[in-house]
Amino acid sequence: MGTLNSKVPEGLLKDKWTTYKDKINLVNPANKRNIDIIIVGTGLAGGSAAATLAELGYNVKSFCFQDSPRRAHSIAAQGGINAAKNYQGDGDSTYRLFYDTVKGGDYRSRESNVHRLAEVSTNIIDQCVAQGVPFARDYGGLLDNRSFGGVLVSRTFYAKGQTGQQLLLGAYSAMNRQIGRGKIKMYSRHEMLDVVIVDGKARGIIARNLVTGEIERHSAHAVVLGTGGYGNTFYLSTYAMGSNVTAIWKAHKRGAFFANPCYTQIHPTCIPVSGDHQSKLTLMSESLRNDGRIWVPKNMDDVLAIREGKLKPIDISEENRDYYLERRYPAFGNLVPRDVASRAAKERCDAGYGVNKTGEAVYLDFAAAIARYGKEQAHVKGLDEDNKALVTALGKDIIKAKYGNLFQMYEKIVDQNPYETPMMIFPAVHYTMGGIWVDYNLMTTVPGLYAIGEANFSDHGANRLGASALMQGLADGYFVLPYTIGDYLADDIRTGPIATDTKEFDDAESLVKSNLDKLINNNGTHSVDYFHKKLGKIMWNKCGMSRNEKDLKDAISEIAELRAEFYKDVRVPGNANEYNEELAKAGRVADFLELGELFAKDALQREESAGGHFRDEYQTPEGEAMRRKEFQYVSAWEYKGQPKDAVLHKEELVYENIEVKERSYK
Amino acid sequence: MKLTLKIWRQKSANDKGKIVDYKLNDVSPDMSFLEMLDVLNQELIDKNEEPIAFDHDCREGICGMCSMYINGRAHGPDRSITVCQLHMRSFSDGDTIYIEPWRASAFPVIKDLIVDRSAFDRIQQAGGFISVNTSGNTQDANGTLISKHAADEAMDAATCIGCGACVATCKNSSAMLFVGAKVSQYALLPQGQIEAADRVQNMVAQMDLEGFGNCTNTGACEVECPKGISLDNIARMNRELMKAAVK
Repeated sequence: MGTLNSKVPEGLLKDKWTTYKDKINLVNPANKRNIDIIIVGTGLAGGSAAATLAELGYNVKSFCFQDSPRRAHSIAAQGGINAAKNYQGDGDSTYRLFYDTVKGGDYRSRESNVHRLAEVSTNIIDQCVAQGVPFARDYGGLLDNRSFGGVLVSRTFYAKGQTGQQLLLGAYSAMNRQIGRGKIKMYSRHEMLDVVIVDGKARGIIARNLVTGEIERHSAHAVVLGTGGYGNTFYLSTYAMGSNVTAIWKAHKRGAFFANPCYTQIHPTCIPVSGDHQSKLTLMSESLRNDGRIWVPKNMDDVLAIREGKLKPIDISEENRDYYLERRYPAFGNLVPRDVASRAAKERCDAGYGVNKTGEAVYLDFAAAIARYGKEQAHVKGLDEDNKALVTALGKDIIKAKYGNLFQMYEKIVDQNPYETPMMIFPAVHYTMGGIWVDYNLMTTVPGLYAIGEANFSDHGANRLGASALMQGLADGYFVLPYTIGDYLADDIRTGPIATDTKEFDDAESLVKSNLDKLINNNGTHSVDYFHKKLGKIMWNKCGMSRNEKDLKDAISEIAELRAEFYKDVRVPGNANEYNEELAKAGRVADFLELGELFAKDALQREESAGGHFRDEYQTPEGEAMRRKEFQYVSAWEYKGQPKDAVLHKEELVYENIEVKERSYK
Repeated sequence: MKLTLKIWRQKSANDKGKIVDYKLNDVSPDMSFLEMLDVLNQELIDKNEEPIAFDHDCREGICGMCSMYINGRAHGPDRSITVCQLHMRSFSDGDTIYIEPWRASAFPVIKDLIVDRSAFDRIQQAGGFISVNTSGNTQDANGTLISKHAADEAMDAATCIGCGACVATCKNSSAMLFVGAKVSQYALLPQGQIEAADRVQNMVAQMDLEGFGNCTNTGACEVECPKGISLDNIARMNRELMKAAVK
């Protein structure tokens, strides 16, 4: 395979999607009944795609590893979903959402895809409200909005701190309607372990029934992967325990190029690590930065006193606090994008100002917001605005109404009351902008194989803005894929059912079985988690918030060694023909151990800093990320047997509708 | 902390199952309950024994996957949280802790602490939705005004995570809090009115078919619900059912 063809339609940016839809091939309703589509993953992307394609009349087979499609990790998204509705009349527009997203992604995303995303964003809100998603409303009965990082408008729609849950349950309800009608066949507790390619086209998958251990063959005319991101390569992350790279990695091994694997989002506001037993990290929504102010003490004496427990943060006076985001970025303040906020926290902690025992935490403080809201409420209610106790109580009520569930979550984990003392937070791995390379149609380099949502790479460039993941997942599933896949399937109306008793299915199945046999019969000395934790340490220390040539080279060789050790020494108890979580985990970690190396290789070749990818060697004198024009491309990797042999293909990024300039939030 | 754990082990759905004793000697109060079980499983794997199977995924109290009966209480001793949010600081050195799966005939055990909750999915498939196709042509989201009060109340009902604690804790294994919450979400919103009668009748019929019991107003479900879903939702569901019957 030579150059990548992104298949972006001709014409003006704002007309591309409309013109495209006017010209594509359609499949008539009678023929849709003869076409099968497999969708792996039931999060916002996979769930919304399954529901919509089934409504259109296709026969959909949906797969998820959880016990119900409702449990996909989209459910954990807290803060909100963006849409260019301009309900607040604050100057928002499709172009501005497009502009913010491309700039937020540090000019490393594809213009045409991002503009389409901004165009369909408003449809998403309409669709979700029609489904009964209970978005927050104001007293007049209209939809409420909040603001997120990296933008100057309020375009984020929300349902308390559980927006992802409500949107996912909306998609789940739409799926349920189609499952009830028999148009979706749901396979819960199933894990996809390979894609089957027949005559160069994706025609099915091999899946393992996680309850019985049975290996199953499923065929279709097209296969869609909505299987999320690969942040669990780092072991500790805000992902669910089961989130994995296996589906897209197997697709990669079958010919789908993997794009920008090194673009990882490290979210600034997560609960810090408490000990070696830690199994996952918990995010505190970015929406908290609407009202929380981030700071560390100005004086080292205060830092040390706090660590020794001799001083409380609330006893440090205003002039002795360093609100470092407000200091460095006056225009955006605490609402700078995530990559900028995370690096700024790291900079302060590296300089020794971290406020917990490990020196890896900063404060997120709500005292000012409590006082501000309290005064406002006292005024509205005609009460004494100078009564401090009253004002504080009123202010706490407002904060509780806005963020109550997040505050409760924090208190349960840390055992401190965030209404009384500032939260302690630290960055953690949260999202991967990289993923399977797709063209404008969301098709991978394998015909008939699609990747949607976080599993693909196209919309967020090198850094994703807050509340844009939900937007992209639903845009892909509800409004983009249903058009683009039809254009492809129009050629398949005479194909008929795809047989599974063929050599291609035989081969894929025996490969899957031999991999499982190898793991289960290995009889080594260390558990799967032992290797996963080791991999996580390498990734966090050498491919984390800042990277450099030496560390990345070390990481590449260390991961390769660890992978060899894994295959020699991993121990998987139990059998393959039963419920066996260790076996499922072993397969996932085996894939993380391959992806991790490609990740480091990608970070090594990208000799620039962009968004979430920060190379020590490429920074401005003020310590900001320094992009380089010669790296204005997507790195798309072709699998060649070993991660070290992967071949780099470049998709040049062209910006005709936005001026590429230094990304400043000052 | 030193702990004695008495854990339900059951190889498969057809196995009889029994309580097995385990000891842990070095548990930190900062660990979550599931991290404590991770430590135990690690020890079991190191001894070449089979680890304890339990459902879990997000580990932040929202996916609804984790499901354990701890010392006779769904999701353990603390209120308003799931097992994954429970921390060992809620226990004391020397404690004995009983860990069992959800118990209900509509939730058969798959293995150890894992049960099959697909009955919940089938109830939702019977009517837990608004029949609106994806078109991009629905009316503008602000086209229908919804009072803040109704939206907030619908949201409170919609926060159900489908974990099944209500069923597990109910002496009748009733699923009415779960079904009532979904029925209420739509009953409180204008979008849900069109199909209200069919929805409640179909969902309740499926609920009965799955073998869940009736509600006798003990209120245990509300107490153990990690999201604090109110009993009012059961009352509302019954009212909706009555309305549907006389229509």
